[in-house]
Amino acid sequence: MGEAKSGQLHLTLESTTESVNQIEAEAEKLAVEAGLDEDERFHVSMAAREGAVNAVLHGNRYDPAKQIAASFEITGAALVITISDQGPGLDPATIPDPLAPENLLRGSGRGIFLMRSFMDEVHFRQLHPGLELTLVKNLASSTQIA
Amino acid sequence: MALTIASRELDGVTVLDLSGRITLGEGSVQLRDAVRGLISKGQKHILLNLAEVNYIDSSGLGELVSAFTTAKNQQADVKLLSLTKKVHDLLQLTKLYTVFDIKDDEASAIASFK
Repeated sequence: MGEAKSGQLHLTLESTTESVNQIEAEAEKLAVEAGLDEDERFHVSMAAREGAVNAVLHGNRYDPAKQIAASFEITGAALVITISDQGPGLDPATIPDPLAPENLLRGSGRGIFLMRSFMDEVHFRQLHPGLELTLVKNLASSTQIA
Repeated sequence: MALTIASRELDGVTVLDLSGRITLGEGSVQLRDAVRGLISKGQKHILLNLAEVNYIDSSGLGELVSAFTTAKNQQADVKLLSLTKKVHDLLQLTKLYTVFDIKDDEASAIASFK
């Protein structure tokens, strides 16, 4: 279900891969609205997808009793996406560096690295319970929405 | 778009032509099943043609790595062919470009298994 509030879109979603796809699609729409070019749109939608995967898979662990909340907003200077789960939380500092030689062959652990590579700011806030992720892409003056 | 996988044989090499996305819930499992199925049948030479794959997320990257390591553990080889720009950039960003044997040309890729 979705609800537009003064330029913001808020979604409350089930802990499913369909929700991951929906968050990715909404991020892509927001990036188009912000006037970003194709590469930047890809970066924003992929960062949102990675955040949603973390929320569904590692946060809520597909628990049907838990939900994902996502919001999408363009402020004057930035595109902001927030995704939160109801899981046990996470200390991102405990995630091993996926670029370290000893970690290159790991099958997981690249999501946060990709988010940080593709966005200007990535913030985590512990909820009780849960984790809130905020993704920020600064908008150049030529692409700003008034 | 979900992932589709077509298989063909060339000079003892199984070429998997992948098309679509390799992501959580949309292709990672298909890729895993396809590669592990081939390895369990004794196939040692597997070439993943990614020319029609324009999107891979971290789960998909993990499956590519898993295919590579599963093959190595069975004395088999998984190589990559014809990366799109987005996938190429992603493999460079994550340093996986240094892990995989990546080819641009199918004939030379097939020959490289000999």
